[in-house]
Amino acid sequence: MTAIGPDTRITLGHGMRFQWEPSQEAHVLLYPEGMVKLNDSASAVLKHCDGRRVSEILEALHTQFPDADLDADVHAFLEDAHERGWIRAGE
Amino acid sequence: MNAAGSAPGNDPGSPLWFLAELTYRCPLQCAYCSNPLDFARYREELTTDEWLRVLREVRQLGAVQLGFSGGEPLVRKDLEILVAEARKLGFYSNLITSGVGLDGDRLAALKEAGLDHVQISFQAATAELSDDVAGRAQFAHKEAMAREIRRQGYPMVLNVVLHRRNLDQIEEILQMAADLGADYVELANTQYHGWAYLNRTALMPSRRQLLHAEEVANRWRKRMEGRMKIYFIWSDYYEGRPKPCMNGWGTTFIGVAPDGSAIPCHGAAMLPGPALPSVREHGLDWIWRESELFNRFRGTEWMQEPCRSCPERGKDFGGCRCQAYLLSGDAAVTDPTCSLSPLHERVRHAVERADLPGAPAEQPLLLRNARHSRQLSEAENSPEPDPATTEQR
Repeated sequence: MTAIGPDTRITLGHGMRFQWEPSQEAHVLLYPEGMVKLNDSASAVLKHCDGRRVSEILEALHTQFPDADLDADVHAFLEDAHERGWIRAGE
Repeated sequence: MNAAGSAPGNDPGSPLWFLAELTYRCPLQCAYCSNPLDFARYREELTTDEWLRVLREVRQLGAVQLGFSGGEPLVRKDLEILVAEARKLGFYSNLITSGVGLDGDRLAALKEAGLDHVQISFQAATAELSDDVAGRAQFAHKEAMAREIRRQGYPMVLNVVLHRRNLDQIEEILQMAADLGADYVELANTQYHGWAYLNRTALMPSRRQLLHAEEVANRWRKRMEGRMKIYFIWSDYYEGRPKPCMNGWGTTFIGVAPDGSAIPCHGAAMLPGPALPSVREHGLDWIWRESELFNRFRGTEWMQEPCRSCPERGKDFGGCRCQAYLLSGDAAVTDPTCSLSPLHERVRHAVERADLPGAPAEQPLLLRNARHSRQLSEAENSPEPDPATTEQR
């Protein structure tokens, strides 16, 4: 498995779609035969997983949440999301 | 997900999963088809405009997963128009197809319209057996189409309904799925409704076959970890507990049949009781919230013993209403596949019979086609057809 470092580019997993679902009042991740309802922090990260590097994702999050110390949490989330196939990690 | 167990009158929440059965026309004749036995009676298919309205209204209700199904949905020439509307509305859409009638251009046009993924069904790992259970199954063409689905970048679900005749091909089936590059493999053991109930004796496997197949599936799951997801789903008959059919009646699933009848499950058309509400006469919001049919088995109030006082009633919701009806003549009893049902021995006997050597393999299959459908409609459909009267192909 690819290690996720600052230069890794993150995209959504094959066939995954990220969108706002009014009836769920939440962002969701859609994939064949299933759906994950996302909490606020997961959707804040996934919103930026469009081919950007991890460093750029962190930068965007720091701008959005200037007072939060979130690097470790974001890394842990990305590892977990990668394991579940929600995201792909590339060069 | 919705909270289960809401009583009628309470807000039933939103459906999540919409199945659009566009047509019951189909080039295949699978002997375990879940379509109604009298499908040949469904002649007045909804028009394009009617389907477009249904898509909008169901999306408005909150459904997000959409399956275009049938019969064979590719038979509908307006499929691209419906897919495009579904994409525009924010559905995540799936084409549930046999691959027969498909070609590269149509796949590309559907992709252009916004189709998200494709579920292609295989009947077996060889042409000969595929033809045996489905009429002319066009095995080589389906393989070519599975490769094309991959080549065009769709996520691909490969679905195989398992039964007595193809379970021993499990190794070859999984090898085929891996060779074709499936992302997901659904190994769904036959559930005995519709045509499968009619062909039950011929289709039911021995327990030994099932255990062997599951073991092979587990081995492949390990081998393909991270590349191909494998689901092996047992039939309720063999498990002692039913699965939570539809995740509970009227909680998650809504389907619309080719003629516009709204259905809370695939088999609802054969259940006695309230008529199926038609989208030609009612809005989808009313059908979901108010219609007698969708409220009939919502929550737990309708349940009889032993379900009524069972601690597991919120887990499996009493099981499958179609199984209950087919096995007992009463759609409201505890699903007899549950070992707590007083009628469970009917299921146990069927399972034991399937363990006897020899005989069941000799049973002919009654293939699902319009001629047989019309004959069955004329013969008056009885809930427990005698397999001995089924006609040989």
